[in-house]
Amino acid sequence: MSVDTRPARTRRATLPPEQPSIPQRKGGTGAYWVYLLPGFVLLLVIVIVPLVWNVYLTFTKWRGVRSPEFIGLENWQKLFTDEDFWTSFGNSVWMILAMVVVPTIVGLIVAALLFDVVGRKFGGKVGSFLRATYYLPQILPIAVAGIVIGWIVRPGQDGALNQILGWLGIAPYDWLGQMPSALIVLMVVMVWVQIGYPVVVFMAALQRVDPELYEAAELDGANWFQRFSAITMSIIRPEIFVVTLTCTIAALKVFGPVYVITRGGPAGATLVPAYYAYQEFFTKRNVGYGATIATVLTIVVVIVSIVFIRVQNSIERKERAGL
Amino acid sequence: MAAGSVLATTAQARKPRRQGRGRGGMTKKRSVDWLLLALVIVGALLVLAPFYLVLVNSFKSPVDYATSGPLALPRELDFTGIVKFWERVNFPQKVWNSIFISGIVAVLAVVISMLNAFAIGIGRVRGRSWIVLLFLLANLLPQEALLYPLYYMFKSVGLYDNVWSVIVVFTVIQAAFGTYLLSSVYGTFPKEVLEAASLDGANRWQILWRVVFPISRPTLSVLLIFFFIWTWNEFLIPLTFLASNDNQTVPVAISVLQGDRLMDVTTTSASALLGIIPTLIFFLIFQRTLTRGITAGAVK
Repeated sequence: MSVDTRPARTRRATLPPEQPSIPQRKGGTGAYWVYLLPGFVLLLVIVIVPLVWNVYLTFTKWRGVRSPEFIGLENWQKLFTDEDFWTSFGNSVWMILAMVVVPTIVGLIVAALLFDVVGRKFGGKVGSFLRATYYLPQILPIAVAGIVIGWIVRPGQDGALNQILGWLGIAPYDWLGQMPSALIVLMVVMVWVQIGYPVVVFMAALQRVDPELYEAAELDGANWFQRFSAITMSIIRPEIFVVTLTCTIAALKVFGPVYVITRGGPAGATLVPAYYAYQEFFTKRNVGYGATIATVLTIVVVIVSIVFIRVQNSIERKERAGL
Repeated sequence: MAAGSVLATTAQARKPRRQGRGRGGMTKKRSVDWLLLALVIVGALLVLAPFYLVLVNSFKSPVDYATSGPLALPRELDFTGIVKFWERVNFPQKVWNSIFISGIVAVLAVVISMLNAFAIGIGRVRGRSWIVLLFLLANLLPQEALLYPLYYMFKSVGLYDNVWSVIVVFTVIQAAFGTYLLSSVYGTFPKEVLEAASLDGANRWQILWRVVFPISRPTLSVLLIFFFIWTWNEFLIPLTFLASNDNQTVPVAISVLQGDRLMDVTTTSASALLGIIPTLIFFLIFQRTLTRGITAGAVK
């Protein structure tokens, strides 16, 4: 996502706004619409129409057969008193902690250590090998990652974690059957899956830091931590933004691990919005209400994206004004 | 999902790489450096631990597991868990379904991204920044917001429980990201090359396929691989639209059997292992592609 606006801006500055790069004999930019046609038609049928339809469904009561019955704002009013709904978005906050806050902080530390200490003093090979190790869980289908951790915390005597604890004399624990351990298990899955992403992105970003800046700061007597917070953090800030934005959106959309590990249990305590909507659609057949939850989730995702992009742009603008 | 920006960031970070530090070779190692190295290694081992547990326990018999516990290596290699699960889900069929769906999605999505990006980045159609934003939002949307209408649509046109329903949906979702990325790549496409081709009498279609396509092939092949892996890893939409056993993808087939009574502890471990292996294979290929990187607009 960091390719974003910069090329576009320079392009706009150097070229007249509506001129194609290929010299025209006829048609101008209009002729290019033909190329957009297939993509646009598909986007319309698969994204735009269903999205609008889904918003319409929020005003209806529908069990998926016969025609939807219009009920006005009833579904929306129900949200306010529905505890499961608030629990599901409350759990989103925990997912953000597990997928954004922890991985970003740990990722920064690991990337800095790998780049500054391991890469420099023990060789680039060791550094990139360790980086690949941290990245490994990222390539798993997230549902499979859930199954892996779910297997370890399998309840009863034969669960791997319970067996290990058994050697220490601790009785088997029902990790998924109670709170807060069920939620903690989900969070562990997310941290495990997510950690490699910031490590890889930040390590790529650190290569942009000019070593001479560092050497100058070192001569001025700045210690490692001062150099890191003053120089490194400001240079890799775009990447920190990208990581926080993409991970926050991913955290809001979590579905797979909840489906394979807890199914929202115990008693709805680990519901997340995506799973809650799915359950309303296909288990309880309250299509209108499921659509309402999905719409709220969509609105939250769009707001988060817009806020992030705005903040990033305003910081960039301030920086340019400062220079 | 997240890997999208790895792609973008790597593209950006390529250039200054060569001037990296360490000019003076390896510096002297202090004891604190060894300590920090140990710290990073401990972290890496923690990340690897779940893989280790799944790997060793997939090759144990239930008796072996019960006596020697989860940490020990298997006393002898026992394939019953793996064979049991393999036959139960008809694993080769699931792998083929996943390859078929992800492969077709990757190719179609790259073609559509290229057509869109050609119009936006090179054709500079009017209102292009809004169009790019529209595609970006389409990629960011939670799939739940489209799920039920799509489900209903596919049911009414007879595509429900048909792999093509999933193929169409992911073609659009992946192409939305591809359009966003490629549009900015094509926006900086060397103008001289396009002008020269135009002077030689090539029309737009020929320029797209004989000039733009070959020059941007490195970027396109990276996109292709990312689309393939992303589609392979998708869960919600295949779970919803591919109801019958014969059509399921690898992640769906594995997850629907979790909690099944017949799945004893080593068989469950084997199921997780079989879910990991295909992506591990991709990881090895994908590593090489990432290092090759995006050398967009190769002409200088």
